[in-house]
Amino acid sequence: MSSIIELEDISKTYGNNIVLKQINLKIQEGEVFSLLGPNGAGKTTLLRIMASIEKPSSGIIRFRSAKVDEGNINQVRLNTTMIFQKTALFSTSVYKNIAYGLKLRGCSRRETDEKIKEVMKTVRLEGYENRPAKKLSGGEQQRVALARALALDADVLLLDEPMANIDPKNVSIIEDVLSRVNKEKKTTMVIATHNMFQAETLAQRAALMLEGKIVKVGAPQEIFTWPSKLLANYVKLENVFSGFSKVTKEGTSLVDVGDGLQIEAAFEKAGNVTVFVRPEDILLSSNPIVSSARNSFEGRIIQISDLGPIVKLKVKAGKNFIVQITKRSFNEMQLNVEAKVFIAFKASSVHAV
Amino acid sequence: MHFGLGNEIIDGFLKALQLIFSGDPTVVEISIRSFLVSSLAVMLSALWGLPVAMLLGLKRFPGRFLVKGFFNAMLGIPTVALGLILYLFFSNAGPVGFLRLLYSPTAMIIGQAILVTPITVSFITSAIESVDPEIKDLAKTLGASETEASVAVLRESMSGVVLAITASFNRAIAELGVVLMVGGNIAGFTSVLTTTIALETSKGEIALAIALAIILLLIVSALTLAVNLFQKRMTYYFRGE
Repeated sequence: MSSIIELEDISKTYGNNIVLKQINLKIQEGEVFSLLGPNGAGKTTLLRIMASIEKPSSGIIRFRSAKVDEGNINQVRLNTTMIFQKTALFSTSVYKNIAYGLKLRGCSRRETDEKIKEVMKTVRLEGYENRPAKKLSGGEQQRVALARALALDADVLLLDEPMANIDPKNVSIIEDVLSRVNKEKKTTMVIATHNMFQAETLAQRAALMLEGKIVKVGAPQEIFTWPSKLLANYVKLENVFSGFSKVTKEGTSLVDVGDGLQIEAAFEKAGNVTVFVRPEDILLSSNPIVSSARNSFEGRIIQISDLGPIVKLKVKAGKNFIVQITKRSFNEMQLNVEAKVFIAFKASSVHAV
Repeated sequence: MHFGLGNEIIDGFLKALQLIFSGDPTVVEISIRSFLVSSLAVMLSALWGLPVAMLLGLKRFPGRFLVKGFFNAMLGIPTVALGLILYLFFSNAGPVGFLRLLYSPTAMIIGQAILVTPITVSFITSAIESVDPEIKDLAKTLGASETEASVAVLRESMSGVVLAITASFNRAIAELGVVLMVGGNIAGFTSVLTTTIALETSKGEIALAIALAIILLLIVSALTLAVNLFQKRMTYYFRGE
């Protein structure tokens, strides 16, 4: 795989404020790459530089090996497109919003009509063409922005927190469209997000950005499975417990997290520790669980959050646990608030922060 | 005395209606000239005002604040004062006296264009400034060049542009000072609605003055009404077209 965008020693300062420090990054052709980091880490600025709408203070950007400069910047812009966190739309119809970029590319009326029909179908907004774009709901507006970007068949799609402010139903539609487009059209995507779950489901590679620097690049699992303290500080980790840990004879640790709860972890660490368990690593059942999992508790559901294809449950089992299951399992198990459930997770799913 | 004046006004008003509805050649000629002079003046002011407004609205440069302040201050320039300055410019002894423009419709058009330029520039600048700053970036991410992106911003501010043009036209057609000083109110050549109303009233020809005043009010209010009614539709059509 060859790289489509190369960033060499990119720095960006606004006055005395250093936003990006010596960024070196290669985005491979056809991959979905995720930029993870807290607000203010420089993700948006980095995307804007990749989109050629912002100039770096120093450093070199290459697009398909060619250095981006005044001579080819318009050509690069025709090959990349960006979706903003705050949906930006022209105050006109959905049709004209999408037609804008096609017109700049010299498409005929027929081509434009066909393309718009195709992308509206992709984002599941057929029949919305003549509606005023700004009158749509937030999620629908973002889908129009996505349709507008997809219509261009650009080689690179840059997305800045595209699902930050929209409802779960629209999130799942957009996620679905993005992964389909990447598979079918091999479109390279760079997605800035602070949602670890999203980064993991969509991206093949990810970079962790903190304070204007890239601190780690790798497969999403590599970054998330053993989070550093820096990562844990900003990511909203769920199921975080602190307690006193004792090392067992078997080489594991037993962490007393209070409320009569002891969690077994597959590491050797004594003293005060903070551990977390990812919601999707917890097994949930209506009946007692017989498995090799070292941690098994009984509890009851105290809260249900429907997130579209997935459902998050808050289970009180001494402490409160967030458990994530698919909508299908949720329906099959016919769960409701106050229902008695059993949860289980492996000692190896318990991570120290 | 009161009753006499009252009758005179009623008589004048009735005669005025008669002049309008009979299509009196003088009324028609003056109205058309007024409309043409002010329309061309507005076009001229848009021609030089629009690039200035785009520069002020989209670019940040040293002195921008001063330039904006100048145009804002010029919004309320007294028309007679500007008329006098232009008279001195166009007069034989003036710097452009050799063009022999004084007392011509051309001088009136230029004069009104200068008069309304601060309205065009200030209104369009604020319209551009009020557009979401992401629109320019959005246009660029969809493949627009710097110029194309600026045009996209201008399209988004179309309602402000329409308002600026309407306000400029209303100010131009309703002003007296500039057209009187540089046009001279020559019958059949440079007389327009406002200058004729002033002259006829001072002559005691109240009927023609009232007729022309009604037409002036009709033009201004009809245009404003039409813009209000169609503004939304018009701007919606222009954007992204």
